[in-house]
Amino acid sequence: MSDVAERVKKIVIEHLGVDADKVVNNANFIEDLGADSLDTVELVMAFEEEFSVEIPDDAAETIVTVGDAIKFLEKTTAA
Amino acid sequence: MRRVVVTGLGMVSPLGCGVEPTWSRLLAGHSGAREIEGFDTSDLACRIAMPVPRGNGSEAPFDADQWMEPKEQRKVDDFIVFGVAAATQALADAGWKPVSYEDQIRTGVLIGSGIGGLGGIAETAITLKEKGPRRVSPFFISGRLINLVSGYVSIQHGLKGPNSAVVTACSTGAHAIGDAARLIALDDADVMVAGGAESAINRLGIAGFAACRALSTSFNDRPTDASRPFDKDRDGFVMGEGAGCVVLESYEHAKARGARIYAEVVGYGMSGDAYHITAPQDSGDGAYRAMSAALRRAGLSPRDIDYINAHGTSTPLGDEIELTAIHRLLGSGANALSMSSTKSAIGHLLGAAGAVEAIFSVLAIRDQIVPPTLNLDHPSVETSIDLVPHKPREREVDVVLSNSFGFGGTNACLVFRRVQ
Repeated sequence: MSDVAERVKKIVIEHLGVDADKVVNNANFIEDLGADSLDTVELVMAFEEEFSVEIPDDAAETIVTVGDAIKFLEKTTAA
Repeated sequence: MRRVVVTGLGMVSPLGCGVEPTWSRLLAGHSGAREIEGFDTSDLACRIAMPVPRGNGSEAPFDADQWMEPKEQRKVDDFIVFGVAAATQALADAGWKPVSYEDQIRTGVLIGSGIGGLGGIAETAITLKEKGPRRVSPFFISGRLINLVSGYVSIQHGLKGPNSAVVTACSTGAHAIGDAARLIALDDADVMVAGGAESAINRLGIAGFAACRALSTSFNDRPTDASRPFDKDRDGFVMGEGAGCVVLESYEHAKARGARIYAEVVGYGMSGDAYHITAPQDSGDGAYRAMSAALRRAGLSPRDIDYINAHGTSTPLGDEIELTAIHRLLGSGANALSMSSTKSAIGHLLGAAGAVEAIFSVLAIRDQIVPPTLNLDHPSVETSIDLVPHKPREREVDVVLSNSFGFGGTNACLVFRRVQ
C-alpha cells in the first residue's frame, strides 16, 4: 500500500469510526461507510489538512470512494 | 391542569457520573474542587474549578464512550455529551423506552444550557484566524448550539414530542424542568426529559467570569475551602460542570405503567428583577416573588416548606440577599426550616445547576435527609434558619423548594412534594 493510501485510510477510519477492514478502495463513503453529507465535507477537509493541498468543491464532488480519494491525492501530491 | 411527577433521575457531576455516586458523596461531605489542569491558568485570577472526574483513580469517573460514539463526540462540546449521558440515565431509571409511534410523539425533550459550546467557539475562532474559513468544521455550528442536547437526546432515544431548550443563565435547569412540567400539565406531552447541561471550564469561561468578579480568587491554594455559601469568608463561586436530567410524567401515565414516583412537581414560579445585568436586586424582591408564585401554584403556605435547596453560589452579594428574601417569605416560621447550598460541594454548574439541585431536592424527599452546606464555619449574618453546616441532617422532608437565579435578573423556583 502506498504512503498516500495508508494516510487516507487512517483518516477515514478515525473520522467515520469504522473498522479498518471495511476501508477498501471501492468502499463508498456514504453507501458503505455510513457517512452523511457533512461527514464527507469534513473528510475532504481532513485530507486537505493532512496533505497540505486545496481540494476545490467541484473536485471534492468526484471523491465518493476511498479509491477516488487515494487516486486524487496521489495525483495532486505528485504534481 | 394535569398532575406531574418525577419518575427518573440522571446526572453527571463533579462528584462523579451517576445520581447515586454523587448523592452518597454529597452526603458524606466530599468536595469536587481542585486545581485546574488541562489549560494554562498562570495568568488567571481564579485557578480552581470543579470538573467532572474522568479517571485517574477517581470514584465513579465519567467515561464519554459509554454514552456517545467517539465519532460523534468529536463533533460536539462536552455539554452535549454530559446532557446525553444524564438524559440516558434518567430514561433508564424511569424504565421508559418509547417504541410505538404513539408513545414516541407523546415524549418530548427540554434540556437547556447557560452558555453552550464556549470551548469549541473559542478554539474555532482561533482556527478561523490562523487557517481561514476552509478549516472550519461542518460540525462547528451543530456541536455548539444549546438546543442540540435536546436534539441528540431525541435522535438517540426516538423522542418525537415537543423538542425545545431554555437559555436563562444560571436559572436554565430550573426553568427547563418547570416549563417541561407545564407542557405535561397542559397535555402537550405525557412524558418529558428535562434538565440542563454545562461545560464552561475553559480559559475563556474562567477569564470571563473572573472579569465580572463572580469567581472565588482567594482560595487557589485551598480549592476545597473556596465554595462556602453563607460563610463570612466567601468571595465568589467555584465553577462546576456536568448535567442533570429528570423524567417528568403525568401522574396518570406514571400510575398506568406502574412507574416508581419520586415526587410531584407541585409548584413553579418565575420572576424578573428588572434591575441589573449581573447583580441581584438588594431586597431580594425578585427571588421573593418567584418563591411566592411557586407556592401559590402549589397551593401551599411558606410554613409547609421543610427544605430549601438555596441558589447560594458563595458570592458576597447574592447569598445574603437570598436569605433576606427567605426571611421575608417565612417570617417567624423560618426556624422550622432547613436550607443548604449544595454548590458548596459541587460548585456552580451554571445552566445545569437548577437541574442537578432539583434532583438533590427530590432525593431529600426520598431519603428524608438534607444535604449539608460545606465550609459554613461562620455565617456572615445571624439567622434562625438551619443552614445545615458541614453534616447532613436527617429530618422529615415532605415539601422542598429549589431556587435558581441568573444573570439578567431571571429567577426560577420549583416546589416538589412527597406523593403519599
